Amino acid sequence: MFDKFVYLDNAAATRLDERVVEAMKPYFLDVYAVATSEFGYSQGIEAREALDKARETLANVLGASRKEFIFTSGSTESSNVALKGVALALGEKKGKHIIVSKIEDFPVLHSAKALEKQGFRVSYLDVDSDGFVDLDQLRESITDETILVSIQHANQEIATIQDIETIGRICRGKGVLFHTDATHTFTRVPLDVKKVLMDLVTVSAHTIHGPKSIGGLYIRKGTPIAKWVDGGFQEFDLRAGIENIPGAVGFAKAVELVTPEENKRLQAMRDHLIDRVLVEIPSTTLNGHRWKRIPQNANITFHLVEGESITLHLDMRGFAVSTGSACFSRSLEASHVILGIGGDHERAHGSVRFTFGRYNTMEDVDAVVKTLAEVVQELRIISPLGENQEQEED
Amino acid sequence: MKFPYSEKVLEHFRHPRNVGKIKNPDGKAVEGSPACGDMVAVYIKVDPNTRRLTDIKFESYGCASNIATGSIITELAKGKTLDEAKKVSWKQASEALGGLPPIKVHCSVLAVEGLRSAIQNYEERHGLVKDRKPTTVEVVRKRLKKVINPISGLSLVRTNLVKDIEIKDGTVRVVIDLPANHQFASAIKEEIVDKIEPLWDVKKLVVKFTE
Repeated sequence: MFDKFVYLDNAAATRLDERVVEAMKPYFLDVYAVATSEFGYSQGIEAREALDKARETLANVLGASRKEFIFTSGSTESSNVALKGVALALGEKKGKHIIVSKIEDFPVLHSAKALEKQGFRVSYLDVDSDGFVDLDQLRESITDETILVSIQHANQEIATIQDIETIGRICRGKGVLFHTDATHTFTRVPLDVKKVLMDLVTVSAHTIHGPKSIGGLYIRKGTPIAKWVDGGFQEFDLRAGIENIPGAVGFAKAVELVTPEENKRLQAMRDHLIDRVLVEIPSTTLNGHRWKRIPQNANITFHLVEGESITLHLDMRGFAVSTGSACFSRSLEASHVILGIGGDHERAHGSVRFTFGRYNTMEDVDAVVKTLAEVVQELRIISPLGENQEQEED
Repeated sequence: MKFPYSEKVLEHFRHPRNVGKIKNPDGKAVEGSPACGDMVAVYIKVDPNTRRLTDIKFESYGCASNIATGSIITELAKGKTLDEAKKVSWKQASEALGGLPPIKVHCSVLAVEGLRSAIQNYEERHGLVKDRKPTTVEVVRKRLKKVINPISGLSLVRTNLVKDIEIKDGTVRVVIDLPANHQFASAIKEEIVDKIEPLWDVKKLVVKFTE
């Protein structure tokens, strides 16, 4: 049906880089033993060294020490461990109050909801029309009972980057732990735990051309956190289970391959798409802040049309994108993020997210904008909403 | 290539038939709302002698299954008598489209409802309603559920804007909990008139706003 497939859903998953595959291969085929202690057999020691090296790389990127980083099965598990692990460690001792933002991604939001069922109280902070958390509300919400604040580094849909420096200071000042979900910023936006006061950070490989099902959690030394997955003594006795060594090695390799130049290139594509769409396609609104957003994400609402129809038309023409429309989601619910920033359902249903990656080019951007203009116009012609109504009645 | 719909659905989605408005339609109806994510408008022209649908058009704000169903029902209904067209079912539409995903029933059933409502609208306007039940507060409330509050995209009833409904000697009085100078007051009033006035025993309709 089309000669080229243009993938613009890199926030959901990315194509693996061949160099990552090559780095992982030996740990599937040659060094497949579990990581043993230093007194184990040679292949186990080799596996352990590979794991330690990968851990070192990841911790370094965050400005952390090796012992402050554990591997998990991805960002979903990392955020579950952060919220539930802290709740289990401090719930009885200190208090049962947790603070999150309204627009968190589901791992944080649904972990908070699960804790609510266990008797915890959760405050859901409002955000403004760009998606920024209300910092005054944060200050006012913290009580003696509060044990954890979990606010994302940047949003999964609308890309807005939170002021985590200030949030970190507020939390530290009040003696409350701070977790941030950095799934969509890791290596794309600078993040250093020596500069920002953070206690827990969720990261993942699947957004940066690394493998799926490997992620990590930074845990600042001394942070009270209970073990959530029980079993053996792996990951400093914080997360049991056979280590995913190929995954860890692939994750580290993926991190090494991200460069500042690449991030600039992604940002140029983002800006080109936003500028062209807002100027060339009428009745469009950018979702999220114009500049304080991650370099690889553009999210735009095309008013008077429904997002699933846009995505299907684009799909049939060779473009993969995602939408905040209810019709697209498994739950048939409109994006809680667009509703959270004060948008109505129509704005959510017409929102389309474009996320760029290593394998996209400026030509892809121009091609998708051209196709979008056609598709949106076609759909508006058949839409009962909007101006064409009056025009015909004249 | 794997798409989430049948070939036939995709074909109607890409090239919907009978799209647009009919100038001075004999009957029309809008079902759904932007809030629920799907909306369909159906316009019909009826031959007064044969009571056949001489023309039918639709518009859609919705997903692929909504658009495709809108398209197929216009094909299924065109040329049929009103009584025949009323019997066009979701099942028929779905079969004609080679099947629809079960999760999309809600989006696709709207077009079928739109067709029936447009016919009902015609019949009410032309005094053809056979089953003449008296208009009650419940009947009025049910119809107001289809009037959308543009602020929220939800119905007037769901957003608690219907403050009072009164029926006396053929006069229906509806009180809406919005100021009369509200930006959408006139649009809302127009829609209420559209929905309530055609009822066979309604002689007069008064729409009041609070304040």
